[in-house]
Amino acid sequence: MYVAVKGGEQAIDNAHRLLAAKRRGDPALPDLDVAQIDGQLALAVARVMAEGSLYDRSLAALAIKQARGDLIEAIFLVRAFRTTLPRFGACEPVDTGAMAVERRVSATFKDLPGGQVLGPTFDYTHRLIDFALAAGFAPPPPAEAEPEADGAMPRVTDLLGEEDLIERETADDRPPADLTREPLSFPAERDIRLQNLARGDEGFLLGLGYSTQRGFGRTHPFVGEVRFGAVELDFVPEELGFPVPLGTIEVTECQMVNQFAGSAERPPQFTRGYGLVFGQSERKAMSMALVDRALRAREFGEDVVAPAQDEEFVLSHSDNVQATGFVEHLKLPHYVDFQAELELVRRLRAEHAAREADGRPHYEEAAE
Amino acid sequence: MSPLTRGFAEPAREAQAAFRVLMTAMSRPATVHPFAAAVTPPPPLSPELAAIALSLADPDAPIWLDPPLAAVPAIADYLRFHTGAKIVGRPDEAAFALVSNPLACPYLDRFAQGLDAYPDRSTTVVLALATLDAGSALRFRGPGIDGVAGLDAAPLPRAFAAELDSNHALFPRGVDLVLLAPGRLAALPRSARRIEGA
Amino acid sequence: MTPVQDGYNFAYLDEQTKRMIRRAILKAIAIPGYQVPFASREMPMPYGWGTGGVQVTASILGPDDVLKVIDQGSDDTTNAVSIRKFFKKTAGVATTTHTAEATIVQTRHRIPEEPLGAGQVLVYQVPIPEPLRFLEPRETETRTLHALAEYGLMHVKLYEDIARHGHVATTYAYPVEVAGRYVMDPSPTPKFDNPKMHMSAALQLFGAGREQRIYAVPPYTPVKSLDFEDHPFRIQTFKDPCALCAAEGVYLDEVVLDDRGGRMMVCSDTDFCETRRAAGHRGAMLGTAPAEIAGEASHG
Repeated sequence: MYVAVKGGEQAIDNAHRLLAAKRRGDPALPDLDVAQIDGQLALAVARVMAEGSLYDRSLAALAIKQARGDLIEAIFLVRAFRTTLPRFGACEPVDTGAMAVERRVSATFKDLPGGQVLGPTFDYTHRLIDFALAAGFAPPPPAEAEPEADGAMPRVTDLLGEEDLIERETADDRPPADLTREPLSFPAERDIRLQNLARGDEGFLLGLGYSTQRGFGRTHPFVGEVRFGAVELDFVPEELGFPVPLGTIEVTECQMVNQFAGSAERPPQFTRGYGLVFGQSERKAMSMALVDRALRAREFGEDVVAPAQDEEFVLSHSDNVQATGFVEHLKLPHYVDFQAELELVRRLRAEHAAREADGRPHYEEAAE
Repeated sequence: MSPLTRGFAEPAREAQAAFRVLMTAMSRPATVHPFAAAVTPPPPLSPELAAIALSLADPDAPIWLDPPLAAVPAIADYLRFHTGAKIVGRPDEAAFALVSNPLACPYLDRFAQGLDAYPDRSTTVVLALATLDAGSALRFRGPGIDGVAGLDAAPLPRAFAAELDSNHALFPRGVDLVLLAPGRLAALPRSARRIEGA
Repeated sequence: MTPVQDGYNFAYLDEQTKRMIRRAILKAIAIPGYQVPFASREMPMPYGWGTGGVQVTASILGPDDVLKVIDQGSDDTTNAVSIRKFFKKTAGVATTTHTAEATIVQTRHRIPEEPLGAGQVLVYQVPIPEPLRFLEPRETETRTLHALAEYGLMHVKLYEDIARHGHVATTYAYPVEVAGRYVMDPSPTPKFDNPKMHMSAALQLFGAGREQRIYAVPPYTPVKSLDFEDHPFRIQTFKDPCALCAAEGVYLDEVVLDDRGGRMMVCSDTDFCETRRAAGHRGAMLGTAPAEIAGEASHG
């Protein structure tokens, strides 16, 4: 009986003790080290940091351990921790053009300044279970290449921008909005939308992005570029008035280039969809870029006909911490409301049976 | 910057206590509540005005100061230091308007009135009065009032009765008023309807 | 007021968050029934499990408060226990199961049977604050409908019920009109509890965490359940009194006793039931009911 009339407190304590034991697993096996999770489950750590909205590798790794590998649970732990942290201000915009690139590919050009850098990727691997890994296989050291002479790796969208082939994006002086401090309201500007998508559930965005490719809000996308690597963070303290470096973080950026036929006001030009997430997560960055472009439908005078173009639908349902809480709250007792429904259904059935017996129609019309 | 005078000694506890008095007063319009304000702001900012600002203003909730308060730079310094709030020049940009001289209070429609869809985006106008007692000079009905509630308060802004009536007529838009006197607090939310006679 | 749990603030929330929520509460009280948007925070419990109510309680709670937490009317359901523990741990406040002793009652799905008094605050946990949500899924639309006080849609829905079933088929979260202006969702309390909201001496605060809304009903405020002249609002009635304390005119839970159709009806409000039994009221099955249902006459 889970709604114990008495003894709820003891039952909860016991359930949590059992959970702790299950989390530990077989005590004869070594305990998982947080550093191992950080080092060897790095993509899980990246996802927890991205959707948890907090860049802290070891905290994310600990959350994964505490959550028994349930990443949404780990994201939730990180969010609940993050919300208690004091906020010192907003950093300067990061310059992804100056990224220390580990991986960079463009689908729109065969070759380009800086080259195609495959880096650490599952792309082109054969998805065959590698039984050698189970046996504790030690990989050979990675191959080293000489860095290119000038090392510059300009963004593809900047190359297109030089010819005005792609829309220009200029920074404005407005401070970026922050949906952790201002509740979401509609219509939502692009800064809010991008923040929402950056925190949004990878699976949800993947499905939505996929739907645009299948015709539900088509955007004719090309991957202008995906790049992953470390960028520097600068912060301007109020009292100093000049930027102070805070350190580096790893991010994945996707610039999607989308066809646009032009309108009465604008000549034909490529438009942009943008994705930026903590850590290495190309699936998330690409999905985000697809959905970002789809959500710009209003701006380009496109008909809003598909879920991915509907900002209220997308932004209200992207957050997996909100979603999982509300879905799972159905496990809580609802017996008071169910009692009310039981009473109603019994009454409706009795009334129905009485009408049957009278040979009257099942439903009376309002006019009668 | 002049030397800063004392804010809350225990911010979490004192802010909660001040808020709780205000919440009770706001939910029981036109009733007078004891209000302890153990702060020593630069004059003419009264301790009660300062306690409301310290409890509720912050970088997300800007403050407007009436001319006698704005004329003393130490007051803006004090409020900025203790709350982090921006001091704004226009009354309709403020979350909280602090009024030390009620006789010269701007007409209430000069403050943010909220929108039809977002009536909460309005200014809370906080007035420092000399006296504030339960009474019958101003009497009200409305949500939060068990029958009729009345106040005697002085000094009051120009044409205050008519101002209250036009403010209430805007409902659900309009401003909410907080009335303060030494050791006392009452609130007149926009929902309070002034009544005449018995 | 030092933190009770190391590393966390009093009542968990940081001061800036509390100020933001407090400002929203004041606006909510000034505009009864209007849903004030607020930047709800992640809490250490999931959305949909009371984060809105918890944030409201955490923002109003002081060291002298006495807190009662109920779910389904009971102090001892798992989620009520968990929330009560949370505040014991983070705020160190006194807690109680006795309605009359509490200064703040946080609730999910019920209003206590014992009328609340002046000075008490009832904090509701709200899953979907928008009464029009299931008629119109878009916030942009419902916000306009509230701005225009255009509630025809809701009346049409209720009337369709009457046309189909002969009466309104909404049994909980039954919409109310507050102070003659806003239509409000009372949270998923059974409609049995709606009349208790009307002119209550207590302040009623509603927190919806996931949906980022706070709203309020001040004391002594008219709260009218929507109805029609020819189909007046009616609450549920129960045929038999509580099997444990013999109370009538209270909301009862149906307890399944066996797989042969055995049932008993007992008070949903466990504190109310226990208080009556302690005062000597005896229901028909008090002597024979299983111990896990009857419990002890009182507990602390």
